[in-house]
Amino acid sequence: MRKHTPVWAGLAGLTLALTSCGSDDPMGGGGDDDAGQDGALVVGSQQYYSNTVVAELYAQVLEEAGYEVERDYDIGQREAYMPDLEAGEIDVFPEYTGNLLQYLDEDAEDTGEQEVLEALGETLPEGLTALTPAEAADQDSYTVTPEFAEEHGLESIGDLAEVEEDLTIVANAEFEERPYGPGGASEVYGATVNLMNVEDSGGQLTLNSLLDGDAQLANIYTADPAIEEHDLVVLEDPEEMILPQNMFPLVSSAVDEEAQAALEEVSAALTQEELIALNTSSVDEQASAEDVAETWLVQHELIEPDGSGQEG
Amino acid sequence: MNHLLEAWELLIQADTWTGPTGMGARAWEHLLYTVLAVGVSALIALPAGLAVGHFGRGRNLAVLSTGAVRALPTLGVLTLVGLVVGVGLMAPMVALIILAVPSILAGTYSGAESVDPRVVDAARAQGMSRWQILFAVQIPLGLPLIIGGIRLAVLQVVGTAMLAAYVGAGGLGAPLFLGLRTYDYPLLLAASLVVIALAVLLDIAFGTVQRTARRLMRGPA
Repeated sequence: MRKHTPVWAGLAGLTLALTSCGSDDPMGGGGDDDAGQDGALVVGSQQYYSNTVVAELYAQVLEEAGYEVERDYDIGQREAYMPDLEAGEIDVFPEYTGNLLQYLDEDAEDTGEQEVLEALGETLPEGLTALTPAEAADQDSYTVTPEFAEEHGLESIGDLAEVEEDLTIVANAEFEERPYGPGGASEVYGATVNLMNVEDSGGQLTLNSLLDGDAQLANIYTADPAIEEHDLVVLEDPEEMILPQNMFPLVSSAVDEEAQAALEEVSAALTQEELIALNTSSVDEQASAEDVAETWLVQHELIEPDGSGQEG
Repeated sequence: MNHLLEAWELLIQADTWTGPTGMGARAWEHLLYTVLAVGVSALIALPAGLAVGHFGRGRNLAVLSTGAVRALPTLGVLTLVGLVVGVGLMAPMVALIILAVPSILAGTYSGAESVDPRVVDAARAQGMSRWQILFAVQIPLGLPLIIGGIRLAVLQVVGTAMLAAYVGAGGLGAPLFLGLRTYDYPLLLAASLVVIALAVLLDIAFGTVQRTARRLMRGPA
């Protein structure tokens, strides 16, 4: 028996270690416990380069306005960071109107830009505020190659109904369940589209399957530099079927009016072209979020060069 | 616990299993991919492992390369191959074969090596040819270890075949990714439970084969 004791002790220790990492939500990520102290504003971001660049824009304008800022980037999915936001451990987060609404209210059916905003205002948990969104949006799309668009005279999603051949769209798994997925295309536009799941969220594998002709359509997010690079055609959505995903700062009550004003200046300058340009410099030049954000903010006169302090 | 109960309720509903994208079809795809990947891996690794075990040469190379290959992250391999060959079944097959070959190779050369050298010498003294020694002595006596290698490979592949769905090839990864992306945790868990069930069933089957082989090798005595 004595010989076995260390094994059991080890197992017990392991079990303890495993269970003590657990939280109520099996999928929840551990937040940074040091965050949110000392009156600093904590800026978070999703694990998505484009989101992190915008978070860095927020962080740098806040610093310029004289706030102390802590960065807590690359936190993964909403169920990992939303509890931290609600608990006030994160104060500023770049969000997308449509997806956040869908997360907060699965049954939300609004799709117009304004309706989504209003619905969002009503469903946000107490203590959290959605500041004015930017024009820039990063949303799902029905995108085709320029050759395919020309061959079939495609401009809007509705034109797909006229195409004779079988159509396949390559997208993440969740596209199936979205109101603007294949079901929506059929209902709203009368177009029959099959779905092929490639799970890299509109990344290189998705892009390749469109360019190689494995699929005729792809769900490429509209702020992706690849659209310009390959002259891809994003089919228009006159019926507003696709959920708008305008970017906005989601803030906690620790963000006072002056800080909110600084953040809204960023949103005001962030047009669709500007967001794509930001993404292009992070992708093509492999520049760090910090450098990309600083260059952009200086260009738009939102911060002084070299970070020399400027109050207000 | 709640998610687990809901996953169970999902699994005992008939419509979960039917249809072209139902759990039944997905499980069948998953099983096919596993069999295909392990089959191809065995075609590569069995002859190579036997050669190493029989001649006793190239052992260091085999040990080193299988160790190095095992350290490759499968998702990385999958994405890399996928970028070259495009989406579909090819990329996950390559990734799964790279995953399965080291286990089978290691089991095979260990199996062939595990035979007592005196037995091999005795066989040679009886005038047996190299082929006879290999097929009549080393393979039968090493069979439990060889099957053990394949058994290990099957377990690794059946779990990792989830990644086939990453590049549009389906399998049980499809409901798993759908559940993950739509916050539908019962669906995610249900897909995982089916994979676990598959893995346990396959392991029991191979365990039985392995025990039978061991009993046969011990002889009727």
